[in-house]
Amino acid sequence: MNNSPYFRKPTSIQVIMFKVLVALLPAVAAYVWLLGAGILVNVALASITALAGEAAMLKVRGRPITPFLSDGSALVTAWLIALTFPPLSPWWLTVAGTLFAVVVVKQLYGGLGQNPFNPAMAAFAVMIVAFPALMSQWPSVGHPLDFSAQLKLILGGLRELDAITGATPLDALRTGLRESGHPVTITSVMNGNPAFGMAGGKGWELIVLGYLLGGLWLWQQKVITWHIPLAFLAVLGAIAGIFHLASPEHFASPLFHLASGGAMLGAFFILTDPISSATTPRGKLVFAAGAALLTWIIRSFGAYPDGVAFSVLLMNILVPLIDMYTQPPIFGHKEGGQKQ
Amino acid sequence: MNLFKFNGGVKPDYHKDESVSDPIAKAPLPSQLVIPLHQSIGGIPHPLVRPGQKVLKGERIGAADGNVSSAVHASTSGKVIAVEPRLMPHPSGLSALCVVIEPDGEERWIEKGRLDVNSTPPDVLRDFLRDAGVVGLGGAVFPSHLKLKAGKSGGLEALIINGAECEPYITCDDLLMREQAETIVKGAATMQTMLTAKTVLIGIEDNKPEAFEAMKAAVAKLAEKTMEVVMVPTRYPAGGAKQLIRVLTGKEVPHGTRSTDYGVQCFNVATALSIYRALEYGEPLISRIVTVTGNVGRARNYEVLLGTPVSELVALADPRPDTNRLIMGGPMMGFTLPGNTPVVKATNCIIAGSPKLFPEPPPEMPCIRCGSCSRACPHDLQPFELYWFSRSKNFGKAQEYFLFDCIECGCCSYVCPSNIPLVDYFRFAKSEIWAREKDKDAADSARVRFEFRTEREEREKAEKAARLAAKTAAALEAAAKAQAAAPAPGEAAAPAADPAAEAKKALIAAALEKARAQKEQVHPANTEHLTPAQEAQVNEAEARRAQAARLAETAGKTTDGT
Repeated sequence: MNNSPYFRKPTSIQVIMFKVLVALLPAVAAYVWLLGAGILVNVALASITALAGEAAMLKVRGRPITPFLSDGSALVTAWLIALTFPPLSPWWLTVAGTLFAVVVVKQLYGGLGQNPFNPAMAAFAVMIVAFPALMSQWPSVGHPLDFSAQLKLILGGLRELDAITGATPLDALRTGLRESGHPVTITSVMNGNPAFGMAGGKGWELIVLGYLLGGLWLWQQKVITWHIPLAFLAVLGAIAGIFHLASPEHFASPLFHLASGGAMLGAFFILTDPISSATTPRGKLVFAAGAALLTWIIRSFGAYPDGVAFSVLLMNILVPLIDMYTQPPIFGHKEGGQKQ
Repeated sequence: MNLFKFNGGVKPDYHKDESVSDPIAKAPLPSQLVIPLHQSIGGIPHPLVRPGQKVLKGERIGAADGNVSSAVHASTSGKVIAVEPRLMPHPSGLSALCVVIEPDGEERWIEKGRLDVNSTPPDVLRDFLRDAGVVGLGGAVFPSHLKLKAGKSGGLEALIINGAECEPYITCDDLLMREQAETIVKGAATMQTMLTAKTVLIGIEDNKPEAFEAMKAAVAKLAEKTMEVVMVPTRYPAGGAKQLIRVLTGKEVPHGTRSTDYGVQCFNVATALSIYRALEYGEPLISRIVTVTGNVGRARNYEVLLGTPVSELVALADPRPDTNRLIMGGPMMGFTLPGNTPVVKATNCIIAGSPKLFPEPPPEMPCIRCGSCSRACPHDLQPFELYWFSRSKNFGKAQEYFLFDCIECGCCSYVCPSNIPLVDYFRFAKSEIWAREKDKDAADSARVRFEFRTEREEREKAEKAARLAAKTAAALEAAAKAQAAAPAPGEAAAPAADPAAEAKKALIAAALEKARAQKEQVHPANTEHLTPAQEAQVNEAEARRAQAARLAETAGKTTDGT
């Protein structure tokens, strides 16, 4: 290099991605504690698949393999897939989803930095459309199977899951409210259903706290800015709050929305993916607010229990437009200058 | 005092301690001085000396080319041994006209003439400063006399003296403020008078407490009541003129406008000093303080005569053997010198670089739109967007995203986790846009020239035709008049001849007469009564001339239209 600046801040994509992985650890720990070590198998499966898929595609595309494989971005995608897919998914579901994310959504669009869609969310959306049943089997919290049984479920394809899995709280609520055929209220759906806990799903509060903790650390580390998480959580809470106040028996509380499904993970780890999200400060607010609105609409009126994945993808499409219209005023051009 | 903030900026390692332990030393007279004529923004001064000529210290050797230019002077007395292109301290590695002086060691000064600021008209002061070669010494080398003019709105609210010195490694202003605070303050007072500024704000970054105290003491001692020394937070690029103006006054001066229109003007501390020295002592700008630091044994500041070869200067600081490059300026905005260039007015610092000190960055990775660059940009630009546009040569879009507001401070490249040399992309885009504008201007003026020529040819043709028509009409009239006035006696009884035929005849007669007259004119009188030998010579010469004319014509035809 012959041009200034001659020195650089010691930072790299690797460091950023590594910090994201570290920030996911509290939630992973909560997972293990509540649901058993099976999640680790899925994390490992997804990681290996992502690295292999990335390496193969880099080779096909004639790109240098080492720098791109070691940048850590494939691992982040893999971990997010492992954490958003049901923890006892059969191995091929995780592998197929990861391959789709890395090969199609990321590499076919040009690799790191070029993908308009969030790879993990695109994989989640494709898999939930293709395998709705498998993607909805979430193990009940608190009674983890022993590790060997979990391993059998994941690797052996043993599918006697009904006994140990149930609907997620969001799913249970949606089904209870909308598909029971007779008018019901939230209280009646929640009463007696073991899936519901204090805030969202039973036991899930801890995992959500793990995401919150990791997310706040990312913010403190300046890997992410406050705009997206705050706007997403605030808008989701606000809409949910307004409707909950108006009709508490038909619309879940803001706390329930914030503590359920992918809300917290999405706010701190998915919507904040810099590559596929808005970049300007105002753009981030618009982007996150739009995602929150869509999430709430899909959750309340849509055909799928959770709406985070779909709303992220829909907002991804709007990113270029949002960025274009939210360019911040530049130095000396604010308020048309300040001429005497 | 209430300070303002500018957005962005970075906090790199400052490396200033290395070069502040010793006072400023005078660099010894070099063996040769290579003084470039072009050492400021604006027109290139034309040389006033010839090889072999003796010059005195401070003698003008290059005269300012118009008002947007600045003179250059002999840094010492001696003999001009050459006026020729030499390698310039510029990243291009191009050469430009320099005056090479061999010092005689006597250091004999020209007769110095001083000016009184209060009794001399401002225009005269400005011309004097232009001819004294005073330019901005912060690195931009903008001719100072051009900045010493109040804005459209009259007197200034604040004159800002820039002692921030935000670039890492550089300490020349720091040391100058410590050692020559009073002269700087006097210079600032002079400028305040010229600009009729209400206040003077001297901004110094808070990592230079000694300089701050020295300046404060000087202001107190000289009882400058409208002057204030202000400590500003250390954050690169707080010493950028626009950033310092923002921090001290809250005003943002947009790109492409004059800060005086916003009631402020900003000068570097060293410039204040040289303005004072020029007016008070009649000393033109012939030396400056240069920090020599980096991979050297004894980093220190030197007072260096302009034109001193960089190699001789760096040798004073004992560079280490693994030095692989010399950087002029700071590590954020400086550039690698293309060779042994002279020290010029813009040379505030020479950093000896080594692979250890400035390692090669890891390979460039794709942009992940993390936005670190936009958060670091002191001008609130979106460097990564500019990068996409520059990379794809979408220059129109780059300009829409304010490419030309970029001050190339390097903050974006500094923070980029993908190691993208963002500023290089912006420099590339800017120069491409300039080149295209130049091409377009050239094409435009060629078109205008062509159109003008076509029009001129048309006009000339039309004029010729008009002249011919007028002549014909005049001849006709003359013939008709002659016929009417003096009819021949024999023809009196004859029936009147056809007037048209008569007119034609007259016209032919007139033409014949004219042709005869022309022929007579062509033959010069002295060719009559020649001997046959002489006549033969004349004919020969005329044949040659005709031949030459034919040749010229064909040559003209072939070269036409190139």
